[in-house]
Amino acid sequence: MKFTLNKTLSVLLLSATVSFNASAAEITGAGSSFIYPVLSKWAEAYKAKTGNNVNYQSIGSGGGIKQINAKTVEFGATDDPVKADILKAKGQVQFPAIIGGVVPVVNIEGVKAGEIKLSADVLAKIFQGVIISWNDKRILALNPGVKIPANTITVVTRSDGSGTTAIFTNYLSKVSAAWQEEVGSGKTVVWPATSTVSGKGNEGVSANVNRIKNSIGYVEYAYAKKNNMTYVSLQNADGKFVLPDDKTFAAAASGTDWTKFPGMATFITNASGENAWPITGATFVVMYKNPSDKVKAKQALDFFNFALKEGKDMALNLDYVPMPDATVSYIEKTVFSEVNAK
Amino acid sequence: MTTSIKNIERTSRKQHYQDVIFGLISQLSALIVLFVLLGIIVSLVINAWPALKEFGPSFFLNAQWDINREKFGGLISIYGTIVSSLIALIIATPLSFGIALFLTEICPAFLKRPLGVAIELLAAIPSIIYGMFGLFIFAPVFGDYIQPALAASLGKLPYIGILFSGAPNGIGMLCAGIILAMMILPFIASVMRDVFEIVPAVLKESAYGLGCTKWEVARHIILPYTKAGVVGGIMLGLGRALGETMAVTFVIGNAARIMPSLFAPGSSIASTLANQFGEASPGLHFSALFALGLALFIITFVILSLAKLMLIQLEKKQGKKS
Repeated sequence: MKFTLNKTLSVLLLSATVSFNASAAEITGAGSSFIYPVLSKWAEAYKAKTGNNVNYQSIGSGGGIKQINAKTVEFGATDDPVKADILKAKGQVQFPAIIGGVVPVVNIEGVKAGEIKLSADVLAKIFQGVIISWNDKRILALNPGVKIPANTITVVTRSDGSGTTAIFTNYLSKVSAAWQEEVGSGKTVVWPATSTVSGKGNEGVSANVNRIKNSIGYVEYAYAKKNNMTYVSLQNADGKFVLPDDKTFAAAASGTDWTKFPGMATFITNASGENAWPITGATFVVMYKNPSDKVKAKQALDFFNFALKEGKDMALNLDYVPMPDATVSYIEKTVFSEVNAK
Repeated sequence: MTTSIKNIERTSRKQHYQDVIFGLISQLSALIVLFVLLGIIVSLVINAWPALKEFGPSFFLNAQWDINREKFGGLISIYGTIVSSLIALIIATPLSFGIALFLTEICPAFLKRPLGVAIELLAAIPSIIYGMFGLFIFAPVFGDYIQPALAASLGKLPYIGILFSGAPNGIGMLCAGIILAMMILPFIASVMRDVFEIVPAVLKESAYGLGCTKWEVARHIILPYTKAGVVGGIMLGLGRALGETMAVTFVIGNAARIMPSLFAPGSSIASTLANQFGEASPGLHFSALFALGLALFIITFVILSLAKLMLIQLEKKQGKKS
C-alpha cells in the first residue's frame, strides 16, 4: 500500500516537473486598460511566433504602477508617465509603446458626430461648470448654423483613477490657467462642475453619456468608435478644428521629440501642427533596470521589441498609432540597453 | 470477565480522548472567528491611523475629498451611505410588511410556497446584477418618466420640494436608494414572515372572533407581538444596505459632493472604496480610505448589534408568552 502511494506520488511529481519544463515561459504585466486591446493582439501573435505567453492584466494605470513597484510583474503600463526623478529613485526605465487619443463625446438631440465645434477654452469652461447651458453664447459663436437646444449641460467624468483622466486634465491645465489653478491635473481630480456625474471605467462614462441627454464626457477613442458616440470637433494649438482619428493622433505625435524628455516622460497634449488632435496620449511601459528575474525581463524586452517593430499593422487595425521608427530605434538603443537582462 | 472490563475501560478512555480533542477543535474554530474579527478591527485602525492623526476626529465631519491636495474628510461618503440606506428603508419596510402579511395571513395556500421561494430567490441575485439592471434598465426609465413626474408633483411642495429638484439624469442618490430597496426587500420580508408565523393562532382567532378586520389583527395583534423581530429584520436589511458596494457604485453617480436634491449624484463609503482602492498608493489617501472603511465598520457594527439585541429580547418574550 505504502509502496504504491510512494510510486503514485513520485509519478505525479515527475509529471509535474516534466509539464513545468515543457510549458513555455510566462511574461506578466499589468496596468493601463487603454493599451489592453492591442497588447492582447501582440501577445497572441508573439505566442504564435515564439511559444511564450504574455499574461497582461488590465487593472488601470495606477494599479500597474503599484504592481511594478511591488515587483509582482515584469512590466507595468501607465498612461500617466512616471516622472524622471521617481524613475531614477526606483531604478526603473520607461518608454512609450502606443499612441492614442482622448475624445470629448456629447449626447445632444439632433447633433451628429463631428458636427459641434469646441475651443479649448470653452471645453475647459464646460468642465469647470462656468458654461452650464448648451446655448451659451460662447458655444453658439463657434457653431453658427448648428441647431443647439437650450438645455442644461451634465458633465460626465471617470470615478476611478485613470490614465484617461490624467491625459484629459493635463490638456485642460495646459490650455486654461483657471483650470490649472482651480483643479489641476492627475489620475483623479475634484471635478468642479456641480452637474458632474461619474462612471467607473471608459465603459461607465460611455454608458452615462449615451443615456443622459445633454451630457458631455471624455473617453478613449476606441470606446467612442465602438459605441458610435457623438464626438466633437476640437480646436488645436494651431487654431484649426480637427476630428479625432488615427491620422490626427499621428500628426500630434509626429511633433513630439520624446528623446528630449528625461525618462521620455511627456504628455503629447496640445501638440502643434495643423492636423494635430490636441488630446493625444501614449501608454508607457515601466520596467526595472535590475530586475530580479533577468531571464523573464529579457523575454519581456524581446516581446516589446517584437510589438514595436512587427506589431504596427495590428495597432493600426485597432485605430491606434504605432510608435514612429525613429522613436523605436531610440527606445531600443537607450532604454532597452539599460535593462540588465539576459 | 477481566478482559471485557478492560475493553470497556479502553473504549471509555478512547472516548474520553475523542471528546477532549473534539472539544478543542470546536473551541479553536470558534476562537478563529473571534481572532479574525479582532484582526480586522486592529488592521483597520492601524491603517487608518495616519489619516486620523492628520485630520483628527473632524475627519468624520469634514466634507472635502481632494486627492491631489491630500485633504480628506469622510462626511460626503458617510452622508451618502446613510441617506441612500434611509431611502431604501423607507421604501422597503412598508413593502416588506405588506408582503409578509400577505404571505402569512391572506395568501391562499397554493400560492404560499411559490411566492415565498420567489422572494428568497430575489435575495440570491448577485448585487452586480442589480447594478447592471439599475444602470441600463431602471435608470433610463426612472430618469425619463418617474423623475419628471416627481419633480412636477413633490418638487412643487414647500420645504421638501428641494429634495426632488434638479436635472432628471436617472442615476443619483434616489436611484441608488430605490435599487437598494429592491435588494434588501427580500431580507426584511422573509424575517417578517418568519416572525409573523410564530404569533400563536389562538390570539389571532380570538381577535377575529371579536369581529376584527384583517388590518386590525395585523395592527393590534401581530405587530405588537412581533415588534422586536420586525425591527430586527429591518436592521438586518439596513446592515446590508449600508455595506452594499457594486450596485450602488453603478447608480449613485459617484460625485464627491453633498447636494440637497435627491436627484443629484453622490457617493457612499462603499462606492468610494470600490472606485479608489485600486489606484491608491500607500500614503494619506490610502489611509483615509481605511478610515472610511473603519467608519463603515462602526456604523454597521452598531446597527447589527442593536438588531441582535432585539432578536434576543424577542426570543425571551416568546418563552414567557407561549
